[in-house]
Amino acid sequence: MAISANEVKHVAGLAKLAFSDEELEKFTGQMDEIIKMVQQLEEVDTTDVPVTMHVTDAVNRMREDVAQKGMDRDLLMKNVPESQDGYVKVPAILDGSEEE
Amino acid sequence: MDYFKNDIASLHDGLVKKEYSVEELTKSTFENIKKTDAKIEAFLTLNEQAALKQAQAIDDRGVDANNLLDGLAIGIKDNIVTKDLKTTAASKMLENFMPIYNATVMDKLNEAGMINVGKLNMDEFAMGGSTEHSAFKKTKNAWDQTKVPGGSSGGSAAAVASGQVIASLGSDTGGSIRQPAAFNGIVGVKPTYGRVSRYGLIAFASSLDQIGPLTRTVKDNALVLNAIAGQDSHDFTSSAQAVPDFTEGIADGVKGMKIAVPKEFMGEGVQPEVREAVKNAIATFEKLGATVDEVSLPHSKYGVPVYYIMASSEASSNLQRFDGIRYGFRAKDVKNLEDVYVRTRSEGFGDEVKRRIMLGTFSLSAGSYDAFFKKAAQVRTLICQDFANVFADYDLILGPTAPTVAFGIGEELNDPLTMYLNDILTIPVNLAGLPGMSLPAGFANGLPIGLQLIANAYDEKTMYKAGYAFEQATDFHKQTPKIGGQN
Repeated sequence: MAISANEVKHVAGLAKLAFSDEELEKFTGQMDEIIKMVQQLEEVDTTDVPVTMHVTDAVNRMREDVAQKGMDRDLLMKNVPESQDGYVKVPAILDGSEEE
Repeated sequence: MDYFKNDIASLHDGLVKKEYSVEELTKSTFENIKKTDAKIEAFLTLNEQAALKQAQAIDDRGVDANNLLDGLAIGIKDNIVTKDLKTTAASKMLENFMPIYNATVMDKLNEAGMINVGKLNMDEFAMGGSTEHSAFKKTKNAWDQTKVPGGSSGGSAAAVASGQVIASLGSDTGGSIRQPAAFNGIVGVKPTYGRVSRYGLIAFASSLDQIGPLTRTVKDNALVLNAIAGQDSHDFTSSAQAVPDFTEGIADGVKGMKIAVPKEFMGEGVQPEVREAVKNAIATFEKLGATVDEVSLPHSKYGVPVYYIMASSEASSNLQRFDGIRYGFRAKDVKNLEDVYVRTRSEGFGDEVKRRIMLGTFSLSAGSYDAFFKKAAQVRTLICQDFANVFADYDLILGPTAPTVAFGIGEELNDPLTMYLNDILTIPVNLAGLPGMSLPAGFANGLPIGLQLIANAYDEKTMYKAGYAFEQATDFHKQTPKIGGQN
């Protein structure tokens, strides 16, 4: 196995995903196949080969340091699932029931 | 007004001669979409009210006789944000998302007078090659409704191929414009990375994503790219390279053009009928005066593993923003903030998106980074160098777009690895940032075969010129599916 169920569980935690036992078994099998496929890169000699992270021809581009109008706050709030008085509302950060 | 019997120039001609108004053309477009979409299921959202209003406004001011696109309808892939028109990326995560701004390409199409008639189905967040990974519906292939339309821009391809619209926009991260174009027998172009602004394209893999047009003819495709290309202050990776008129010199022919065929693109994994169609295309180009040689892209076979590591890594980072806080879906009955994140993401994302996020998170995690992400980024360099070596001596690369014709709905759904290998011929082009085109080149069992042309960076003109010459010399593009067409 290229990856174990426990490792898949660990990665899911990093990605803020949760799987049922049944899903975990399915995903572990599929991840294992995919990781074995990508491991064929091991046969390529990459000694001293630089990395390519992007293929843009752009270098850092500056704009004039002039204030620009931002997005309207009420518009930005339009898609917020829960809000109150112009704030984004979320449940309590610590465990327990929502304070009221 | 039959999109099968017209191209952009002839539709424009009819508008200018007042054979029909923009409003009449738009209305009949919607009538036809409603009639055919019960079978094709290409559209997720129709933009009927706003489109008709825009059509009337164009009629009132008069169609611009010098602008071929003025007043023509276009469909838009649903990962391109459209102000005040629902944009879902075919995900439950954005089921009710209403953008508050337009993608740059939408502003540009609007300036060109094109009318957005609606949003097109796709694989969720553009991850997949069959449009079966949409959270909402399964789009059908225009030629055979038991087959997939390809993906991820399956809705964009099926809508054009079935004559619902004359053009559409898609996005291509690993083949997502070219492969569905091939499966539906139309022309699909992924421009050079940086040619078109990505501002307002819901990000999947930012170093690979590019928006491009799908049309029924090569020239129509160049006309739409003319409208959407160019540098944009909102996208720092959009290129400062001058944007030519992509139709200029399109009819100049391929005499003296040097074309390369990578032997790796004609290997055993390619369906015999597809290989045969490409061989016929080679003969056509030779007859037209081009020289065609076999070359090698030795690292292209590693394109799939490099892509699945790098694209998934970028996706795992880009999709962190979907956390249930500021927009989109939020899980119900959550106890605390951690619960909001985990439950929202677990309930909001489909399986294919989760697989990519997992693979990307794994590739970037401590202990895996050097062996996976860094290794992939190094092999990407070798793939880029392979292309540079070929383009030192050649004008164009030619091969199949996909190893097979369209497969059956459901056939590969539970076999992600097989689905991934479909992209083997398109992925290297994204990794190197080059422009690529798929155009009709034959049929196998009544299903279209796509020919892929790849040009050097920013040399889309050579690709359009060759595509146009091939189109003029063949009649594959004149064949139409049994469904759709007549308005």
